[in-house]
Amino acid sequence: MNFAVLQFPASNCDQDALHVVKNVLGQSARFVWHKENALAGFDAVIIPGGFSYGDYLRTGAIARFSPIMQAVQTFAAQGGPVLGICNGFQILCEAGLLPGALIRNRSLQFPCEHVFIKTASNDSPFSNRIPEGALLRIPIAHGEGCYFADESTLDQLEANHQVLWRYATAAGEVTNQSNPNGSLRNIAGICNEARNVAGLMPHPERASEPLLGCSDGRLIFESLVSWLQAKVAKAA
Amino acid sequence: MRSTDMKAKIIVTPKKAVLDPQGKTVANALEQMGYQGIGAVHVGKYLEIELPSGDAETWRKKLDEACHRILSNPVIEDYRVEID
Repeated sequence: MNFAVLQFPASNCDQDALHVVKNVLGQSARFVWHKENALAGFDAVIIPGGFSYGDYLRTGAIARFSPIMQAVQTFAAQGGPVLGICNGFQILCEAGLLPGALIRNRSLQFPCEHVFIKTASNDSPFSNRIPEGALLRIPIAHGEGCYFADESTLDQLEANHQVLWRYATAAGEVTNQSNPNGSLRNIAGICNEARNVAGLMPHPERASEPLLGCSDGRLIFESLVSWLQAKVAKAA
Repeated sequence: MRSTDMKAKIIVTPKKAVLDPQGKTVANALEQMGYQGIGAVHVGKYLEIELPSGDAETWRKKLDEACHRILSNPVIEDYRVEID
C-alpha cells in the first residue's frame, strides 16, 4: 500500500510517521510537500503532527489552504482514507473535513505524557484491528488539543459512532481526571460521517515499536493497512 | 491627506460557549493584583489590515468573506470588522 505523508512548513512529526509505515509496517511511503497538487497513486494520506506555519493565526489555519489540501479534499471525497495526527487533526478540522475545532488546553499547560485512550468504535479503517473498549497507551504532546464542538454536533458524533477514542484512566474509566486537555466528552479522536477521514490528538507513531516503550499505536496503522488490503481484495 | 488611507480593524473573540481558560487566568491575575469587581475576561485577537486603495463598502464585503474563510474560525470565534 502506498502512503503519502504530507509535509507543511514546520511539520515535525512527519519523519516518525513515515518511519512507522515504511520501516515498521513495510509499506511503501513517501513525503508529499505541501506545494504539490496531486495525490495520484496513493492509497492513504497521513497528515502528521507539528506546528505548521508556526501555528500562526490558529493551529492549522494556514496549512489548510496549502495547494496539497485541494488534492486531499478530492481524495477524501472519493473515499480515500486520511489520518490526521495532532496538528493533522487540527488541519482537518480547519479544512472542514472533520467537524469541530481544537482549542487551547483547559489547563493552559502543554502536557507531554503517556495517556490511555479507550477505543469507542472499531468500525473504521483506523480502528478495525482494535477491540471495542480496548485501551491504547499513547503519548500526547500538545498545547491546543481541547476538542470543541457545539452540543448538537457532539450529539450527532455520538449517535453516528464517530467518536473513535476517548481519554480514559488505566482502568478504562472515562473521567475528568483522565482528560489531559478539557476535550468535551473526553474526545481524543473522531472520524467523519463517511468514516474515511479521522483525526486524533495523541501520537500513535510514537508508540509503534517496543523500543519506544509501547507499541499500542501500531494497531491504528495496522488497521489502516488491513482495511486497504481488504478493499483491494474485494475489488479483485 | 490621501483619500484612501484606509485601515481595517478586525477583532476576533472566542464565542461565549467556548472554554476560555486564558480569559479566566487573566481575570484571576487582575483580581490578585487588586482590581476588584471585574467580571469575566475574554482574550481575543486584533488584526490591522492596511487598505491603500478601493472603497470601504467593497472592502467590508471582501474582509467579511476573509473572516469567514481564514481570519476567524466560525466554529469557535466571533468577529467584527471596522473600516476607517
